[in-house]
Amino acid sequence: MIAQRLGLGLLTLFVVTLIIFLGVEALPGNAAEAILGQSATPETVAALERQMGLDLPPHERYVKWLGGIFKGDFGVSIANSREISDLIGVRFANTIFLAVMAAVIAVPLALILGILAALYRNSYYDRSVNIVTLSSISFPEFFVAYILILFLAVTLGWFPSLANIGPETPFWERVYRCILPALTLTLVVVAHMMRMTRAAIINLLASPYIEMANLKGMSRSHVILRHALPNAWAPIVNVIVINLAYLIVGVVVVEVVFVYPGLGQLIVDSVRTRDIPVVQACSLIFAATYVLLNLTADILSIVTNPRLLHPR
Amino acid sequence: MTELKFLEEQMKKGWISRREFMARTAAIGAAVSVPSLLGSKAYAEPKKGGKFVVGIGHGSTTDSLDPGTYENDFSISSSFCRNNYLTEISNTGELVGELAESWEASADARTWTFKLRQGVEFHNGKTMDANDVVASFNHHRGDDSGSAAKPIVDPVSDLKADGDTVVFTLADGNADFPYLVSDYHIPVLPAQDEGVDWQSATGTGPYVLQSNEPGVRTVYKRNPNYFKSDRAHFDDIEMLTIGDVAARTNALTTGEIHLMDRCDIKTLHLLERNKNVKIEETSGTGHYSIPMRTNLEPFNDNNVRMALKYALDREALLQTILRGHGAVGNDHPISKANRYHASDLPQKSYDPDKSKFYLKEAGLTELSVDLSAADAAFGGAVDAAVLFKEHAAKAGININVIREPNDGYWSNVWNTDNRGWCMCYWSGRPTEDWMFSTAYAADAEWNDSSWKHEEFNKLLVAARSELDEAKRRDMYVEMQRLVSDEGGVMVPVFNNYIHGVSDKVAHDEQMAANWANDGQKWSERWWFA
Repeated sequence: MIAQRLGLGLLTLFVVTLIIFLGVEALPGNAAEAILGQSATPETVAALERQMGLDLPPHERYVKWLGGIFKGDFGVSIANSREISDLIGVRFANTIFLAVMAAVIAVPLALILGILAALYRNSYYDRSVNIVTLSSISFPEFFVAYILILFLAVTLGWFPSLANIGPETPFWERVYRCILPALTLTLVVVAHMMRMTRAAIINLLASPYIEMANLKGMSRSHVILRHALPNAWAPIVNVIVINLAYLIVGVVVVEVVFVYPGLGQLIVDSVRTRDIPVVQACSLIFAATYVLLNLTADILSIVTNPRLLHPR
Repeated sequence: MTELKFLEEQMKKGWISRREFMARTAAIGAAVSVPSLLGSKAYAEPKKGGKFVVGIGHGSTTDSLDPGTYENDFSISSSFCRNNYLTEISNTGELVGELAESWEASADARTWTFKLRQGVEFHNGKTMDANDVVASFNHHRGDDSGSAAKPIVDPVSDLKADGDTVVFTLADGNADFPYLVSDYHIPVLPAQDEGVDWQSATGTGPYVLQSNEPGVRTVYKRNPNYFKSDRAHFDDIEMLTIGDVAARTNALTTGEIHLMDRCDIKTLHLLERNKNVKIEETSGTGHYSIPMRTNLEPFNDNNVRMALKYALDREALLQTILRGHGAVGNDHPISKANRYHASDLPQKSYDPDKSKFYLKEAGLTELSVDLSAADAAFGGAVDAAVLFKEHAAKAGININVIREPNDGYWSNVWNTDNRGWCMCYWSGRPTEDWMFSTAYAADAEWNDSSWKHEEFNKLLVAARSELDEAKRRDMYVEMQRLVSDEGGVMVPVFNNYIHGVSDKVAHDEQMAANWANDGQKWSERWWFA
């Protein structure tokens, strides 16, 4: 079953590259025009197109690129002839670092808040947690980011407003510099996961076996943690995984506000300059992230559910 | 800002003369005394040391080190960090030698001989010689060149190394040639095989490249061997690309960077309140322009062009779009920062009646035209177009503003016959001839108004090789008049370059205005006080 899923995943990736390629081709202008900008003349554009191999017809360029991918060669950037694997490597590591950092804060926080909210359902605590997390998800990311910068960077001066990190930055320095972007992302993703945890548990609390547990005289927290939570894992894991994928592929706004050198900024720059090989490579990574994480979610929900683990 | 306050500010900053200040305050009926120029801060001696961190709005992952592709502020100032040129525009606006010690022209201004400075070393230890200069220029020449500097080097029919001199032979005389070789695209790089070695980023300049991650950060260390002993004061430089203007402003106010370029005009008055930050402006040659295709209906009739020129309220545009940080233009691209600015030319102003008069001359009672705009032209271009529409309505002209996509604006909208009229931006050029031959000469590639004026083009060629100052001035003044009264381009305003620096930063009293941030040569001209 996993093999079939992986096969479908590969097919998805192929379709994604085709759509992206056609999409970028359909945009007005090409890399040569974008690089020369206002100083483009037909003559210099033609010369630059020859140097970049843009004078070939689109299908030839696509097939050539696809051939390279099968050999594990992402090719070189059209715009500055750098190896795409070099270009993406550091950036992807940065993106993963920020996503992991945000996840390490957000996932436990969301789970704890969600479980407590289910435990003290309809209390003032439950309502205030709901209000706070829902408001933070309702504001646009850049707004949340600016508010954090205003209070924590400009007024109090605790954290830097720029997430200025390089390959040589030591680990804890990196963590310190990334706190504001990680907090912003946390505020954005916590509500979804926390509400799902709460809803999934509450949904189960109406089941007869929970009633049974209550009648046996178990404490409320024991009922929720030992009896309800194991059965609620499947929907919660799915939501967590969707949010993890979002932390990797959807953070371009946060990257811009904090000037964080991640993949989002790279793909935006590349689309602007019509640097198709880079756009393709980035989209492949993003699509692969989604496919893999969804696969993980499916596997985890099977593992946590004995009925699916041992089908009759 | 009241008009009086505005004029006072302008005079203090040296954008208008005392005489103009008096005349214009008299015109608004204010009785004033000329504000004192004294009391400006003392300028200390340069000090060495420190790490200077810069946040630049431009810069992208796709930037290359190939000098033919430099097109944004990041690549330009980064090139000035590590490279030198034959000549440079100094901070006082004069042309001085950099790698060239001196130069002389033949009587017809066709042959130029540059004598090179001796004993200058590249960062890799190689001594710079005439062959490097030749190779650096050849990098931009030839049919296969995709370089943006090709139009500058195209008139060079031959160049050769001759001992410690380089001899350029031009197809036609050009008295301004030494200015052209200061162009930021043409740094002197070490020759290698057939071409130059731009890949290793070695130059003769004030700083040595340590690391370069395009679109993120570039790090430099001072070149201990730098030949200018009184320049390059910082120990280290870190250049960051910070595309978002709010992020740039935050970084400056929290002290993480010492220089931000392209301040947000809308929030400038708030930034000014911060005591640790200085706002500095220079008024250079950069201008907004609105070129009309003079080969297309209805712009082929000069009366229509004049009607449109009188239908725009330039003052309102200056106050609304630039909030006063600039100067009104007079429909020609020569600014007060240029040598031969025609200051006696009558200033065109908003006059719906005159506009109606010209419409009548053109045999029209009303006019409806399309104006293409996108913020790719300049920030606020669409707003400016809408403002223009309101002004022109009073003169019976209906302007239909078309919002174009930013992508491909320079290829599909500007300078094509697809559109008759569009918004545009020019950074201007240090010399009159350079500006006119780039965008106003009949055969120029970027003649965005497709303007072919016989007398203008004759004067342009004649003035180019004229070595007599007075005659040359007369010619350029006449050419400015022709462009203003008969040309196809409207130049409503010249914009100022505005940057914010930490109050720890010091520099000479005067800053260059040819580019933003002290001619983009902050790296070697500024220091920590």
